[in-house]
Amino acid sequence: LTLSCHILAGFQAGLRFQSTGPQASARAATAALKESLGGFSFELTDQQKEFQEVARKFAREEIVPAAPSYDKSGEYPFPLIKRAWELGLMNGHIPEDCGGMGLGIFDACLITEELAFGCTGVQTAIEANSLGQMPVIIAGNDAQKKKYLGRMTEEPLMCAYCVTEPGAGSDVAGIKTRAVKKGDEYVVNGQKMWITNGGKANWYFLLARTDPDPKCSASKAFTGFIVEADTPGVQPGRKELNMGQRCSDTRGITFEDVRIPKENVLIGEGAGFKIAMGAFDKTRPPVAAGATGLAQRALEEATKYALERKTFGKFIAEHQAVSFLLAEMAMKVELARMAYQRAAWEVDQGRRNTYYASIAKAYAGDIANQCATDAVQIFGGNGFNSEYPVEKLMRDAKIYQIYEGTAQIQRLIISREHLGKFKQ
Amino acid sequence: MLPLRFRRVTMSARVLVGVKRVIDYAVKIRVKPDRTGVVTDGVKHSMNPFCEIAVEEAVKLKEKKLVKEVVAVSCGPQQVQETIRTALAMGADRGIHVEVSGKDYETLGPLQVSKIFAALAKKEQADLIILGKQAIDDDCNQTGQMTAALLDWPQGTFASEVTLEADKLKVVREIDGGLETIKIKLPAVVTADLRLNTPRYATLPNIMKAKKKKIVNVKPADLGVDVSSRLEVLKVDEPPQRQSGVKVETVHDLVEKLKEAGRI
Repeated sequence: LTLSCHILAGFQAGLRFQSTGPQASARAATAALKESLGGFSFELTDQQKEFQEVARKFAREEIVPAAPSYDKSGEYPFPLIKRAWELGLMNGHIPEDCGGMGLGIFDACLITEELAFGCTGVQTAIEANSLGQMPVIIAGNDAQKKKYLGRMTEEPLMCAYCVTEPGAGSDVAGIKTRAVKKGDEYVVNGQKMWITNGGKANWYFLLARTDPDPKCSASKAFTGFIVEADTPGVQPGRKELNMGQRCSDTRGITFEDVRIPKENVLIGEGAGFKIAMGAFDKTRPPVAAGATGLAQRALEEATKYALERKTFGKFIAEHQAVSFLLAEMAMKVELARMAYQRAAWEVDQGRRNTYYASIAKAYAGDIANQCATDAVQIFGGNGFNSEYPVEKLMRDAKIYQIYEGTAQIQRLIISREHLGKFKQ
Repeated sequence: MLPLRFRRVTMSARVLVGVKRVIDYAVKIRVKPDRTGVVTDGVKHSMNPFCEIAVEEAVKLKEKKLVKEVVAVSCGPQQVQETIRTALAMGADRGIHVEVSGKDYETLGPLQVSKIFAALAKKEQADLIILGKQAIDDDCNQTGQMTAALLDWPQGTFASEVTLEADKLKVVREIDGGLETIKIKLPAVVTADLRLNTPRYATLPNIMKAKKKKIVNVKPADLGVDVSSRLEVLKVDEPPQRQSGVKVETVHDLVEKLKEAGRI
């Protein structure tokens, strides 16, 4: 084997089979090769491998068996969420001085992919916490961080990101929820929709319009608020019945004369749009990781089935039509994984990762749907049936092309970034 | 007023826990083509499940403030440090890595390991040694018993329940006939059976804290132990392929077939 094959083999083994690492001889050679590779590495640290191992064990032993019944009943998987919280698998981004672990986005992505393998409904409920917390992490002052992030590490609480409205999803600048300053408070009126954890959150990050002038630019017209869920006037609607990720709690929320103290404004009036968008650079890689986890599950279920089911005298995996399907699924999963890892690594290095984050989310969302569909295909008639695990994957996968920025919005962002680079 | 001996034992009690790095239970084992052993390269390894139960019991005793310090010990090459780290993440206080590698590691067995543990028990002034009842790779079920014999300590093996009562350990043992309860004096050796407890997950914050805990490297020679083996493995084979059975229609046919096969 050539040296590069040794290293690649070590990487593959390390990522999926948790081996102890490359052989001693390859390790010595790696040091020499490192110079020419310029520090680029696919190796996880020991701590990352251990984190991944805990998340993988939890997902496979506790989430996988419970997921089908949560999918059927739509019941909120609080016992699983509580368990994840106890194990430290949630709220990883919260800074250490607020009682959290201050993990980077890369570590969070590793954990998210493993949880999503178990059930993306559970993973979305957990991920919504990160999304709601991110504006506070990036834009909150010390008092806000200690108050709202601190409480998340003391007990298993949920939070939510309240931006989307019935009339405005992709067009965030088109939101109509109004916040009017009255003395030391803001009075908020409006309607939000498709809020994950809407009915379970202890507090929300809310984006509302503070400048009524229609000519005012988006970068100055909106303000970000932290809203306690038990504030009078906050009315969560009914739990929406969705195609997939059915155990996740998604609701509309009505805000009727809700009074928010000015201490709960993030940064200041008019800073909201930038905060809301800035959060996405950090939350898109984990969403891409979630989609990858689903695709990995589809690949594993399909592979297991293909090695058990026989037709025309052979295991179906021995028929090229099926093995080619599996090969293409494997290609997509590996590439999606590399894409989200790059996006997460970039932002952890302190660089703007918008281009990579959008690529990762767009690609992972698309391949998650393709892999889930192909998995159903490999299962044949059984795949269409609810006794087998893959039809759930198809239903769960669709939302990855919609939330956290639709597939079309991602393409808008990528083209804008790409053309911007070219013009320089 | 507690007797002086009891106070000495519990306030400063130190527990040694042995943890073995073995091929993960879920892996499909393959015999090496040269039939000298099984394939271990690139294969997933983890802590022996019975060792996990042993660590859990030790950490539980520490949480109940019945013992002061839990020391995780493993014998093997560099990679066993991962296993020690897992024990630290579960709550052990520090680790000892007894370096054994290469040919010595391939032939390392219960006799040598028990000599190492006996030496460490004396060196660390341990009051209690908890081991898994057996390892899932060799299924020897010998190390605990040999260690107790070398130290001339009492032993409570196949423990499904362990309680500290004054200066004695009450151990409920799972035996073929049912459950046997014994009381043994400390210091003692206990080996953990399946139903002793359910091992905890290492939580992420504990994994991070474990990085700060110390692992000390020791060589068998430093402990005065000779790790050379008195056993030679001649060959390793897979079990014979299971032959397919024959279905019979009636009880009469079954009896006939059994008679034919000379079974009855």
